[in-house]
Amino acid sequence: MTRFRLLACALALILPIPALANPALQAVVDGNIDQIERPSRLTVGPLVAEIAATGPEGLALLQAWAGRDLSLTDDGRLLIAGDPPLDAVTGDLAPGAEGSALRPNSGVRGVIESALVTGLLSDPDPARRASALDTLARGGTFEQLQALRGALDDPDPALAARKARLERLLTIQVGEDNAARVNAINDLAGDVGLDFRAALNPLLATRTVAAPEPPDGANVARELTPGGDDLPRDAALAQLVQQDLLQPPLTRDGLRGVLAQHIVDGKVGGIPVADLSSPDARDRAYEALEAAGTVPPAATDAEAEAALEANRFFQLYAETDPAVTDAAAAAQTRAQVRLAAMTTIDLGLDALSLASIYFLAAIGLAVTFGVMRVINMAHGEFIMMGAYTGYTVQTLIADRTLSLIVALPLAFAMTFVAGVVLYRLVIRHLAHRPLETLLATFGVSIALQQLAKNIFGTQARPLTSPAWLEGSITVNDVIGVSSIRVAIFVLALMFLGLFLFIMKRTRLGLEVRAVTQNPGMAASMGINPDRIAMLTFGLGSGIAGIAGIAIGLFAQVTSELGQGYIVQSFMTVVVGGVGNIWGTLAGATLIGGLSKVIESLNPANTLAAQTFMILFIIIFIQFRPRGIIPQRGRAAEA
Amino acid sequence: MSALLEVSGISKSFDGFKAINNLSFSINAVELRAVIGPNGAGKTTFMDIVTGKTTPDDGEVRFGENGRSLLKMNEAQIARAGIGRKFQRPTVFEDQTVADNLTMALKADRNPFAVLGWRPSRKSQARVLALADEVGLSAQLTRRAGELSHGQKQWLEIGMLLASAPRLLLVDEPAAGMTLAEREQTTTLLCKLAETRAVVVVEHDMDFVRRLNCKVTVLHQGSVLAEGSLDHVTRNPNVIDVYLGR
Amino acid sequence: MTRKPFILQSPSILVVLAVLAVFTVAVTVLSHAYGSGVIPTSTVKVFGMTLCLALAAVAMDLVWGYLGILSLGQMAFFALGGYMIGQWLMYARTESIVAVQLAQSPIPPTALELQEAVANQIFGVVGSADLPLVWSFAHSLPLQMLLVVVVPGLLALVFGWLAFRSRVNGVYLSILTQAMTLALALWLFQNDSGFRGNNGLSGLQNLPGLEGVDQATLSVWFLWASAAALGVFYLLAAWVVSGKFGSVIRAIRDDETRVRFLGYPVEGFKLVVFTLAAMITAVAGALYYPQAGIINPAELMPIASIYLAVWVAIGGRGRLYGAVIGAVVVSLLSSWFTGGRAPDLNLGVYVVNWVDWWQVALGLSFVLVTLFAPKGIAGIFDRLAGVMPPSRRGLDLGADQGALQEQEAKA
Repeated sequence: MTRFRLLACALALILPIPALANPALQAVVDGNIDQIERPSRLTVGPLVAEIAATGPEGLALLQAWAGRDLSLTDDGRLLIAGDPPLDAVTGDLAPGAEGSALRPNSGVRGVIESALVTGLLSDPDPARRASALDTLARGGTFEQLQALRGALDDPDPALAARKARLERLLTIQVGEDNAARVNAINDLAGDVGLDFRAALNPLLATRTVAAPEPPDGANVARELTPGGDDLPRDAALAQLVQQDLLQPPLTRDGLRGVLAQHIVDGKVGGIPVADLSSPDARDRAYEALEAAGTVPPAATDAEAEAALEANRFFQLYAETDPAVTDAAAAAQTRAQVRLAAMTTIDLGLDALSLASIYFLAAIGLAVTFGVMRVINMAHGEFIMMGAYTGYTVQTLIADRTLSLIVALPLAFAMTFVAGVVLYRLVIRHLAHRPLETLLATFGVSIALQQLAKNIFGTQARPLTSPAWLEGSITVNDVIGVSSIRVAIFVLALMFLGLFLFIMKRTRLGLEVRAVTQNPGMAASMGINPDRIAMLTFGLGSGIAGIAGIAIGLFAQVTSELGQGYIVQSFMTVVVGGVGNIWGTLAGATLIGGLSKVIESLNPANTLAAQTFMILFIIIFIQFRPRGIIPQRGRAAEA
Repeated sequence: MSALLEVSGISKSFDGFKAINNLSFSINAVELRAVIGPNGAGKTTFMDIVTGKTTPDDGEVRFGENGRSLLKMNEAQIARAGIGRKFQRPTVFEDQTVADNLTMALKADRNPFAVLGWRPSRKSQARVLALADEVGLSAQLTRRAGELSHGQKQWLEIGMLLASAPRLLLVDEPAAGMTLAEREQTTTLLCKLAETRAVVVVEHDMDFVRRLNCKVTVLHQGSVLAEGSLDHVTRNPNVIDVYLGR
Repeated sequence: MTRKPFILQSPSILVVLAVLAVFTVAVTVLSHAYGSGVIPTSTVKVFGMTLCLALAAVAMDLVWGYLGILSLGQMAFFALGGYMIGQWLMYARTESIVAVQLAQSPIPPTALELQEAVANQIFGVVGSADLPLVWSFAHSLPLQMLLVVVVPGLLALVFGWLAFRSRVNGVYLSILTQAMTLALALWLFQNDSGFRGNNGLSGLQNLPGLEGVDQATLSVWFLWASAAALGVFYLLAAWVVSGKFGSVIRAIRDDETRVRFLGYPVEGFKLVVFTLAAMITAVAGALYYPQAGIINPAELMPIASIYLAVWVAIGGRGRLYGAVIGAVVVSLLSSWFTGGRAPDLNLGVYVVNWVDWWQVALGLSFVLVTLFAPKGIAGIFDRLAGVMPPSRRGLDLGADQGALQEQEAKA
């Protein structure tokens, strides 16, 4: 019914109000006013077809009729409800007119609906044809299938393709004979579209039946062994009970209930109630009651066993023709194989985008750790600062694209400055004391977090992406990736490129590499290690700010935003290896990929996935304590 | 007399650079040996391999009468087997007193639970006093090691080595940063130590080596270039070429 | 060089024990249950919990201050201890409640029915009705008490063995310990972990079998137990760090490689201390959570462990009493400031509300302590006791760092 309502609404939006009288319609209505008033499902068909054939006005009338918006005035005029109502035949406004509402039953409405769809399939308006196809896609009758076959030609190639596909799908569902259905299935086999898979599912639906021999004429999917994974013993017994092949065995609750009903003088079957706290005593009490004939005998284990022996268990297809089910099963297998391949591709895309995020979040950390051997616990808060910068800019500049363009460099600048300040005030004074640095930056981290709470409040702030970043790039029903994640991937690539450029092609990069490898030597070459350290720290923090905007675009901005990424970022650095951008990239790829793989193995439980992820890393460190791409040379051996 | 330490055909490379290249070396149970060689000859790597800090890519290191392989052992096990190492820089535990430093080095069960139950006995205290006396630190016993002078730290470290009574002692550039008088003292001590055990001194100060008056092994580019008395090796044209300068 | 019992080697041990005893007696005398009632029961509980935190801080100090491993996963052991004792508390209490309910039914329940009803009661909240395998011993107090030390000890042993064996140290190790506690927390957050997911275990303040004793009395009992545990384990920790073992672990902290060349199995020592500390922490947790009344996986989040490190750092690491002072002072201050009882600070232009600003102040003061007072509060005592490191200004005289310097040499 809802589906019809939907169609009616769609049509109401599309259909123009008929402006001209329709003589053919007038004639049909005049001749059949009685049947319109009291239609019968069995006989109304031809009338509906006639009305539909009269053109758009006729369809509008049918639509109103089916939607119970049609009323009949005393003088035999049909009105379409509205304010003011319309004359259904002439299409004129009929203010003040009133009639008694026509309430066709659901059978009649089904007939009207079907006719409407059929009529609309060759409607000149493509939008109406499309909506008719939408309706058919939700299911159709054989008559509609035939109407569809009659209207396969379509000037719009997209609609023509849809019609052709729908024709196949409908044939699978309601085709004239099984051969045609098998053909249709084979035509579409290997397709992974949701619609095709949905069409196959009812064909392959099964029910379980217990019987001594395979039922005659039944289409047996397979035989089940009781006690196996597919049919646990309890389920097999329940099946037998359901088919009255076995007395219900007495459950513990049932036993207790029966015993409670037969307490006589504090005893049940001669056994004191107080003793009934042991299962043995209860059994004895029940047997006593059984012997006395007070209760019916319950199925014993032996009986249950015998019933299991005597019966076999079959899964039967609801569809009776094996040819159809075989074709459907084969098609489903092919679909599943292709689906698995595509899911893997989709998983890969997901993993790639997650890896990009980890990479962006970790790159700054890796830089600072590589150069100064300090872990900046406030790195997560720099990410958060970047995200809040984006949010603040957005409240000032309404244009989303412009605000993003302003926010990116601003976030970089903000966190760069914050990083430099942190370096000058704290980290510089704790040189060569990595654990103290870790703790001091943690102090900064909790202060910054609370500060963000005080300024922006505790509720999440949205960082809305521009319209061109919303939506997703969809290849088919399975493979799709949201544009924002593509953008983040591109951003990560850009930063990889920028970083490589700075490190390999600029004076700063040369000096940074020198300081990383041998600070003492670098200092004696006239490089100021302090300045280099400060700049790298600022650079790493600045990238964190950019990462903050990227993360903020798909997650809510809260003061705890950074915390969610900091441990993963550490892991990325540790797993990847220190002092090498490729190591960070490898770490991010490994962690991103692995998270997604573990997650896909058990999609319902992302918490467990994260747990296993971390366990994996702890084990991984056992075998490669220095990461995937370790720092090399004699110094690393020390 | 069989060799105490037998190093045969070891190689070790770092990123393609061959720090040690098919090096073989052996020393008797009671012997003083000087190992000399220019920078980068592989002296430190050689000591690292013997003490278990670095694992060679190739070759075999055997120690003791039974010829136990050291390659499967970690640093602590090798140290317990009786190989002591004196670093170039004095490395003592600066936060702890001289007495604590010496006590830690005393030969005793190193198992954590044994250490947990260990309490100073009259004997151990006497030994610490004797050791402190030997290295001239008896007045400093309760001072923290970090407060000692550079030379005193050197002596403390030597005292710690004596405390653990190793059978093989590896000494890395003992003369570095010492005054003339201290060198004299050190030479005497090393010679005295070598009367009861094997001592390998890595040094590139030729005067110092000459004073030790012992067999010399010359390393070059990770392998043995020459071996023999100092006079013998200094006459070797190869040695003159690469080390003593032309 | 005379042999003194370790307890007399440093006056701090006796002072700490004496202060602890005086404090406990004073609180008892001022409590509702045993005295004038000046101190409300909730405050007695806060004191008891604070002592447990101080005990955890002592263990942290063993690991960090003495052994040099900045473990950012210490609270995992604390919470595990709480979970282990919580299992019994919750099971036994639910069992007694359920037994009363079922006794009203016409047929007395079987043991199995009783257990199922208990399971249903406990796990209904996470949509399960079966008793998970990890609750197999929940019916027995002695077994669960054993698990309080065994489970965290085993975790520490396995984790430590893995980490130390591969010579992970420094910040790497810190991050790894943080990952460990995060992994554990995430696992416990799941509904099917067997520990009621994010609901955690609750109602722990009610002791099964002691329904007749009111909370005021219980709180004092727990205060005594916490004080006793702190005293005993403080002594144990002091004994451990006093002798040669203490020397060795401090040596490991300062120069691990050198200790190896002395022949000590460094990994073994680390493992012993790490595991011992985990067990002590677990005992502290087992005493803490019955006073708190509820435990949930949020307690294991890395932030909690970092706070523990903060307390030890502020108190002064490398000194057991420093850890106690830090934990007591900072945790009490924190609960006072964040509890909303601290008066607002009016700066004229802005009114500082401590509930909002305490975290900021704590973070910054922590940075300041790290920068300017690395010895923490205990450093003050050092000054008072005249234990001053030699002033090291001036040029190095020797060839190396750490040699006597110019001015010292003149002095």
